[in-house]
Amino acid sequence: MKPFAYERASSPKDAAAKAAKTPGAKFIAGGTNLLDLMKIGVEEPVHLIDVNGLKLDTIEATDDGGVRIGALVRNTELAADTRIRRDYPLLSRALLAGASGQLRNKATTAGNLLQRTRCPYFYDTNQPCNKRLPGSGCAAIGGFSRQHAIVGVSKSCIATHPSDMAVAMRALDATVETVRPDGSTRRIAIADFHTLPGTTPNVETVLAHGELITAVTLPRPVGGVQLYHKVRDRASYAFALVSVALILQPDGGGRVALGGVAHKPWRKSDADAALPKGAKAASDALLAGAETTHDNAFKVTLVERALAATLAEAKETSA
Amino acid sequence: MVATSEWKFTRRDVLKLGAVSMSALAIPRVMAAPAATGPVSPPVMAKVAMEVNGKPQALDLDTRTTLLDALREHMHLTGTKKGCDHGQCGACTVIVDGRRINSCLTLAVMHEGAKVTTIEGLGTPDKMHPMQAAFVKHDGYQCGYCTPGQICSAVAVLDEMERDIPSHVTGDLKAKAAVTRMEVRERMSGNICRCGAYSNIHDAIEEVAGGTA
Ligand SMILES: Cc1cc2nc3c(=O)[nH]c(=O)nc-3n(C[C@H](O)[C@H](O)[C@H](O)COP(=O)(O)OP(=O)(O)OC[C@H]3O[C@@H](n4cnc5c(N)ncnc54)[C@H](O)[C@@H]3O)c2cc1C
Ligand code: SF4
Repeated sequence: MKPFAYERASSPKDAAAKAAKTPGAKFIAGGTNLLDLMKIGVEEPVHLIDVNGLKLDTIEATDDGGVRIGALVRNTELAADTRIRRDYPLLSRALLAGASGQLRNKATTAGNLLQRTRCPYFYDTNQPCNKRLPGSGCAAIGGFSRQHAIVGVSKSCIATHPSDMAVAMRALDATVETVRPDGSTRRIAIADFHTLPGTTPNVETVLAHGELITAVTLPRPVGGVQLYHKVRDRASYAFALVSVALILQPDGGGRVALGGVAHKPWRKSDADAALPKGAKAASDALLAGAETTHDNAFKVTLVERALAATLAEAKETSA
Repeated sequence: MVATSEWKFTRRDVLKLGAVSMSALAIPRVMAAPAATGPVSPPVMAKVAMEVNGKPQALDLDTRTTLLDALREHMHLTGTKKGCDHGQCGACTVIVDGRRINSCLTLAVMHEGAKVTTIEGLGTPDKMHPMQAAFVKHDGYQCGYCTPGQICSAVAVLDEMERDIPSHVTGDLKAKAAVTRMEVRERMSGNICRCGAYSNIHDAIEEVAGGTA
């Protein structure tokens, strides 16, 4: 690991300003993703700005009947919060399906959104990877790509976004709140927050250099049956091959988002509209234009079946 | 802090010395061919104070030092183990400010003022924590390497259930989960045991839970 300077920020604005003016600076929150990557030389910040003391760790009601989740709220605290369990159970379920009890105690809301891909070639500094080293190529294309993306891919990168929490937030229409180095703030819809790989897979979100996430807000609760179905190689403590976040309303309408299939949480308005017609129609709409590899073509069938299972469970639950 | 002279010579030390003497042979060559990647920047040092197992500790550390390395290499609390060093095995689990975490994926300097409990702080051979005693009784280990992490995790799991923290297998999110076999299995999944002592580990936890639930 490269040596780095370490400092604590005194306010969100101070953190953003410090990060913008210090070359090679990064924020550190739980550290569970950043340190992991620093140990293997994938991330090499020379300056860490600790944002843990910024008091961004509360969950509050908003004026429009929703909630504001501080960027530093731990995944455990968020999943266990009474309001979240009651009004946004999808979010609790997705969080609890991720990582381990120890990791969730450290992992933060913002850090979870910004965690990087689990593509094995991204982790291996001996391999070409456009995300890690732009222009070096992509070892996953033509390599072992069982866990890789099937929609929204590019010739440069076929990595997936590994977060479970973000998939639930996509279905719940969350908004990311930030502060920029000049002190101004903005709100970014979760749909626009993560980007597709295109020719610049090293860019993963629309955040500017030094921009700090301060909170994630959820609009007023939408009710319905909310389920998160994660399909993985082990029953616990493994990343998703595919995951389904489903909100099903009594009239058969609802929302569906997928994890494990793209560079970002995946949702399509025509798939939401197709939900009353069943799993095949909705999954066809979600995966229209899919580009699979020999190793990951099975995900197309897996998505349809996982969605069918989730829909069946939702109908059973509401009956 | 334990002074180095108080150390007993253990098998681990012998292994460590073996490794050191081997690498000593390689040093002149490495020094003769400096890395081609340019100048190496010097380590950055920082001070941090925390309370470990009830005792204040003031340290001056390379900022890169993880909490795990600070415990083992600087405070000589070697009960906490380094397994994968990437948060995947749970051997490094300690309890910080009442929450179990992987000490390998956090920096020591981030824990100013924290209260840390390691396996050494839970109990002693003469006065074992009930979870330690239950692991002994039920043979909740074979090689023993994952055991400190398993025990710290198990103690925290029961506390988390007491504090109404749900899990992936909790059926009804609006109700407090009961201490069932499935619940404990799911909650302990962040601690890997390569010997496969899981069923005995489980029996130990269940016995302690039976006493508190
Ligand atoms: C073994 C293992 C298994 C895992 N399994 C899963 C799983 O199944 N599902 C899943 O979803 N996740 C899983 N994870 C990932 C885990 O959820 C993430 O590591 C965690 O959420 C990251 O949060 P953090 O606070 O520790 O982030 P950090 O490591 O502190 O930061 C991550 C990134 O976010 C940036 N950052 C942090 N806070 C802010 C902020 N406020 N504003 C702007 N930038 C910020 C940092 O600079 C860094 O680039 C697993 C991790 C491990 C190690
Ligand atoms: S898929 Fe993306 S992350 Fe993986 S090797 Fe290719 S460019 Fe790198």
